[in-house]
Parts: sequence; structure tokens; C-alpha cells
Amino acid sequence: MLTPSDERELAEAVSGAVRPLAVRGGGTRRVGHPVDGDDLTVAGLSGITFYDPGALTLVARAGTSLALVEATLASEGQMLAFEPMDHRKLLGTSGEPTIGGTVAANVSGPRRVRAGACRDFLLGVRFVDGCGRIIKNGGRVMKNVTGYDLVRLMAGSRGTLGVLSEVCLKVLPRPESTAVLLLAGLDVEVAVRAMSAALNSPYEVSGAAHVPVGLDGDPVTMIRLEGFEASVAYRAGRLKARLAEFGPAEIERRTEGPESAAAGWAWIRDVEAHGGTGEDVWRLSIPPRDAPALVRNLGDARVVLDWGGGLVWAAVEAGRDARRSIASGHATLIRADDETRNRLGVFQPETEPLATFAEGLRRKFDPQGILNPGLMG
Amino acid sequence: MDMPAPSIHVLNRKSRIVERLTNALSAEHVKSDPVETRAYECDALTAYACPPLCVVLPGSTCDVAEAVRICSDERVPVVPRGSGTSLAGGALPTSDCVVLGVSRMTRILEVDYESRCIRVEAGRTNLSVTDAIEEDGFFYAPDPSSQLACAIAGNIAMNAGGAHCLKYGVTTNNLLGLTMVTMDGSVVEIGGAHLDAGGYDWLGLVCGSEGQLGVVTEATLRILPRPEGARPMLAGFASPEVAGACVSDIIRAGVLPVAIEYMDRKVIEAVEGFSQAGYPDCEALLIVEVEGSPAEIDNQLGVIGNIARGHDPIALREARDADEAARIWLGRKSAFGAMGKLNDYICLDGTIPVSELPRVLKQVGSLSRQFGLDVGNVFHAGDGNMHPLILFNANNPGELETCEALGAEILKLCVEAGGCLTGEHGVGIEKRDLMHVQFGPADLEAQMNVKDVLDPAWLLNPAKVFPLSASATRRAAA
Repeated sequence: MLTPSDERELAEAVSGAVRPLAVRGGGTRRVGHPVDGDDLTVAGLSGITFYDPGALTLVARAGTSLALVEATLASEGQMLAFEPMDHRKLLGTSGEPTIGGTVAANVSGPRRVRAGACRDFLLGVRFVDGCGRIIKNGGRVMKNVTGYDLVRLMAGSRGTLGVLSEVCLKVLPRPESTAVLLLAGLDVEVAVRAMSAALNSPYEVSGAAHVPVGLDGDPVTMIRLEGFEASVAYRAGRLKARLAEFGPAEIERRTEGPESAAAGWAWIRDVEAHGGTGEDVWRLSIPPRDAPALVRNLGDARVVLDWGGGLVWAAVEAGRDARRSIASGHATLIRADDETRNRLGVFQPETEPLATFAEGLRRKFDPQGILNPGLMG
Repeated sequence: MDMPAPSIHVLNRKSRIVERLTNALSAEHVKSDPVETRAYECDALTAYACPPLCVVLPGSTCDVAEAVRICSDERVPVVPRGSGTSLAGGALPTSDCVVLGVSRMTRILEVDYESRCIRVEAGRTNLSVTDAIEEDGFFYAPDPSSQLACAIAGNIAMNAGGAHCLKYGVTTNNLLGLTMVTMDGSVVEIGGAHLDAGGYDWLGLVCGSEGQLGVVTEATLRILPRPEGARPMLAGFASPEVAGACVSDIIRAGVLPVAIEYMDRKVIEAVEGFSQAGYPDCEALLIVEVEGSPAEIDNQLGVIGNIARGHDPIALREARDADEAARIWLGRKSAFGAMGKLNDYICLDGTIPVSELPRVLKQVGSLSRQFGLDVGNVFHAGDGNMHPLILFNANNPGELETCEALGAEILKLCVEAGGCLTGEHGVGIEKRDLMHVQFGPADLEAQMNVKDVLDPAWLLNPAKVFPLSASATRRAAA
């Protein structure tokens, strides 16, 4: 295991590598084709190097734990607005998620539907490419169109084009209060219409999820509102009236305990419904209007819908190809054994010429093919 | 401004190239007569102009692919063009290039309220995207100042911003999918009506690549429901530093206005003379706009008003109705026109961390005195996106050069303060030779590697973005 403790050592570790490297942060999100290589972790590159609450920006070394980043922000009443998912319960992994891993996998949560994804909050990166060169792109300002946007290229490239050493993120104020509207008993088609009506209202919905089998066994649809207390109360009332055709909405305002808004959304965010089962888990990013048809196509799969239907987490019988069920969008095989991952492919296959371009980028950034080779195809 | 020497081989084959393009499209949409191509000699960076070899105005993605294939085959550089409103020279032709304008491609292809997106041809103007969905209560958020004229194609090429980005993000945050033609003539589909792809972020990579990786012909854009209402507040301050500190405090307080706009005395005086907006007599003013229901707006403006009062404002005015709101915005919206009445100007858009505003504004003032040219500041303060307008007289020999030298110093200052050369206009030719200030050789090399993959012959939008010295080897080899 290679454990560099700063960017210089990281660059030396990569340039001195004689075998492929399996690059990781905390190792809690082992998604992708299995990589045969020497383990390289950036967990040793740790620490928040810059935080300016008045400019809404935070810079952290890639190995900094997500927990430290979130606690630091919370102490100033701020947060990572993209609400990164914790994969540990779903994948049965242990260890500490890092900010670098979060960025490398472009991990977002329920608030993505309004606020944007991890990649939308990434302002700058420093990384080491496959030749050991230290490269920077972006910076720490909110608007930056200087040169090509390698910041977004690095987000979600899972260590195949470079190893992140430092990231700069835009952060946002933590909302003063939260309300959740709960609609009971809707079938998927009606639930997607209800979520769409909520998201298309002017009330700034920051989460819209549906679970056909909730904790008490019945379907539940959850709509979240966040902001200043008076505003949340006003919008909750208006939205409840607007959604009247979908049945009476219960407004959940508890802040503590398992029924609290925070616990409920963490349950959706971390896809806890699919944790600890033997099924394969697919992440299907689709046009929300396609959600009802997709759920029908999936048959007896267990599903959790987020992003108003734009994200479907499907737990299917091991070995089954759920990718065939989507009409358009992207299907990613998040949890399955090695054999299934190799047979079905983890990521949505790229069409030509994008597949050729992807290979071209890997050759440019990693000419010797040592950074997570094969992980993304 | 250095530009590479045109290819004699291309110039010599002009008639053959024009003939092939004419056969493929139609004579009406291929323009090679110097009178007809005059309108395409420059964009909004009018200090530089160059007649192209010819101009092609395709009507479909297929036409674009056909034209690009011919150009690739003939090894002719291609300069993609939206509406030609770039302030950075992003659409400046070379004499051996084909200008490929998408201005005829303006159709709405699909509106999907269930998935909250719209698919349009890329020549459609920014504002007319919103026009098409406004009746149903939706809008497209990025709002560059040129939104009446600028095309979505150019917005994507430059990753355009606008006044309301503070809340809604810039183009890259509102782009879901696109169709583009790469230099080998392939038609590439990226993304769609869904939110996140699992593979590499091609959308993010193409957005802001200044037309150097492909010609964007169609786009799927995220649309948002209109807020119930919006209202601005105006606050005047005794110094730029105090106004800057107020901006930082507003952001820190957890309120997220849709816009925080800043104007200094120079600009305030110019717009008062031009549009009589009734602005207070002060060194700097802020326009802060918030959204929501009437009660929410009152509430937020209350919080912002209290913060502003802590900075001893000279004037504090809250719009009570639509008329007063329009008056507050009137001066800001006429600022560029008003400055243009005073003199010629160049407009930069270096961006800095919000907390550096007071210090950088002060230093811009000293640089202005040192170079002997007036600088007015009007900008999107909430995200640190400055817009120093340097006034000069183009008829005075040497003054453009002095102006550019001052501009370069201001941009270096932005980079030193932890910022960047350009926040929303793009690099184009204007800031091309300053890229060394912000990036080291390895940083530029990494970016140029991307172009090598998508445009190996370096034919798309030549001589932009990268310093000529940095790209020389690649251009020579191609």
C-alpha cells in the first residue's frame, strides 16, 4: 500500500510506479470494474487548507475526511449543498469517506435536483497525472471560464485521469429550518406527477423522493422545503394546497429522532432500503417522465425514486441486466459480484466517437495506463 | 495582437473550397463576396477584425456535419459563430478560415415540463428560450447582458454567466445535453433530459471550450419555475471598501440573493447623465435583488437592510412596487451604454474572491491613476465577477495599447488575489497571451492535450485560448 502524505510524495509515488495503481480515498465507494494494482490511498493528504465563510469557499486536501469537512462547515452554519451520499451501508464497506473520493466519484444526494451535483460546486482541483506531473485547474472563485474546464472532467473520472490532491468547493448557508410534506399511498405514476407538480411550483422544493414500500410497508412520497422559518412555513402551506389532488399531505417538522426530516432524507440519500441484501443494485439516471415506465419494466425489483423520479435505485435479482429497462439515460451497476460487473459492465457504454475520445483522454493523461486501469472501461 | 500567418495552400484553393461548400449546402447560404462577409469580420471585440475566406450558414446539424467534413478534408480552419457578441474575440476569423455560423438554426425542438428541460437549436438567442416557456411559468436562468442577441451556441462555448448566477449558476450548471459536430464530421450526442451521466463529464468539458472541441448545434437546457416575485433594494456607501465589506456580510448571513450588483462613482455619474435613474450621490452603490412571495421578500430585504445599516449607508431604498424596481435596475442595465457615451472602452471580467473586493478595488484605482486612463467599475459583486471598464479614445495613437496594458495589469492583480483572468466572457484572443499568468506550462499542456484528442489537426477556432508560443509546436505539426 502506497500512502503518500503530501502532494510531492504523491507525485513521486505515481512517477515511480512500475505496476498499475488502484487509487482510492477512504475506500468506501468501490464502484467500477475491479482493478488489479498496487493500492495507493490519498488518505494521508489530509487537512482543510483554506476556509473563507464570507466567500463561501473551502479548500481541502483530497484525503480529508468528509466528516471533518462537514463538521467544519456546520460550525459556521454552512454545508455542502450537494448532500453527498454515504455508500457504506449500501455497499457494506467500512472506513472514512474522503472529500477527494466524493469528488472523484461525483457523489451527490437528494438536494442535487435543485442545488446541483458535486461537480457543480467544484471550483478548483489540483491533481497528479499518470506521468507524475502536478496540474491545477479552476481556482477558488465562483465564476471562472479561464481555459478548458478540467475541474468538471476530474469530477467523476474516478482516478483514471489523475489522482486528486486538493479540491476547492463552493459551500452554502445551512438552512435555518426544514419541512417535509408526506403523501401516503400513491402509486409510482401518480407519485411522479405529484413530485413534478411540486418541483414545477415556485416554492423551491429541495428534495422529492418516493418509496413504494416505506418503513411501515406503504408507499410514501416525500417533498422537502428548506430555508428561513417563516418562509418554510409559508411555502409548506401553499404547496400542501397545490398538491391537494394527491390527497392530504402531512407536514413533518420534527428535528430529532428517527422520524425527523434529517433522518428521513439520510435514509433516502444513503439508499438504506437496499442495504444488507443479496440483490444487485443499479443506479438509473433518467428523464423523470420515464420513471413510471421504467419501474413497470423492472417488474418485481425493489425501487427507491429520488430527484422527482430522475434517479431510480433498483435492487434486482443478482446477475440480472437492469440496463435494458431504460429508454434513455445512464445505468450504473453500483453493487454486484465481480463476475456480474465484468459481464454487464458497470457504466453505461459510451457511444462512438465518445468511447474513442475517452480512450484518447486516458492515453494523454495516463500514457502508461497505470491509473485505475479498466475501472471505467 | 499576433495572429499566425494564414495558410497559403488554403488561400490558393479558395474557389475550390467555396465550390465544394456551395454544392453541399446551397449558394444562398455560402457567402464569399467580401461585401457579404463584412458583417462576420469581427465580433463585439471590435478593435480586431479580419475578413474570412468565406461564411457558411447551415440550416441543420446534417449541414454542419457536411460543411465540417469538407473543411476537414481541405484542412481549412473553422471558426464557429453564434451571434457574434463575444467581448473576447472568441469568434474573430482568420483570413484562411471558414466561419460556420449557426444563426439560422433557431428552432425549439421539444419542451418537456415533466423533466423540466427544453431542447433547442443552438442558434436560438438566450432570451428567446425563456420567451418560449414564459407563459407556462418557466424560465432559463443564465442571463448574460447580451441575452437579447447572444446565441445558446456562444453561451455554451464561453460558459456564459449573468447577473442572476449567484443563485442559479452559469451555463454549465444549467446544461443537460447537447449535440455537436466534431472536426472529423461525427455527430456526437451528449447527455439528455436526465441529470447525471456515469462516465466522463463531456458536457462540462465542452462547455467553456470556446468552440475548440466541436461545433454545438443543439442543446438540452434545464428550465426552472418562475419565482412568485422579485424585488431589489439599493444601498449607497461612502467608499468602495465599505460596499465590498457589505457584500461579504450579506453572503455570510445566510441570505442568498439572486443578484448583488455593484457600481462605483464613475459609473453612477455616467448613468445619471444617460438615464436619470435617480441614484444617490455616493462613492459606490449596491443593488441587491431577492425572490419569493411578498412576505418572504419583505423578510429577506429586512435582513439585508439591517446588514447594510451596519455599514452607515448614505442611502437605502427598497423598491415598493414594479415601477420602483424598474427604476433601480434602469441605471444598471444602461451602464454599458452610458459608459460608451463617455468614450471608447474595453470591458474586462476578471473574478476574485468576494472577500478581496475592497483591496482589489483600491488597487484598480491606483493603477488607473498610474496609467492615466479612467476606469469605471460595474459588476456582479455577489460572486466577485468584476467588470472594470477602461475608458480610452481609439483615435488617439497608442491609447488602445495603453488601455490593453492597463487591462493586463488589472487581470494580473485579479490572479494574484486568488482569482482568475475571466469569469464569464472567455479567453478568446483578448486574454490568450495572459494565460501564463494563471497557469504553469504543465497546466496548459493538460488543457491542450484535450484539444489534441477531439481536434487533432487543431483546425477549430484557431489561435484562441492558448498563447501562440504554447501551441506553436502543435499547430506546426498539424
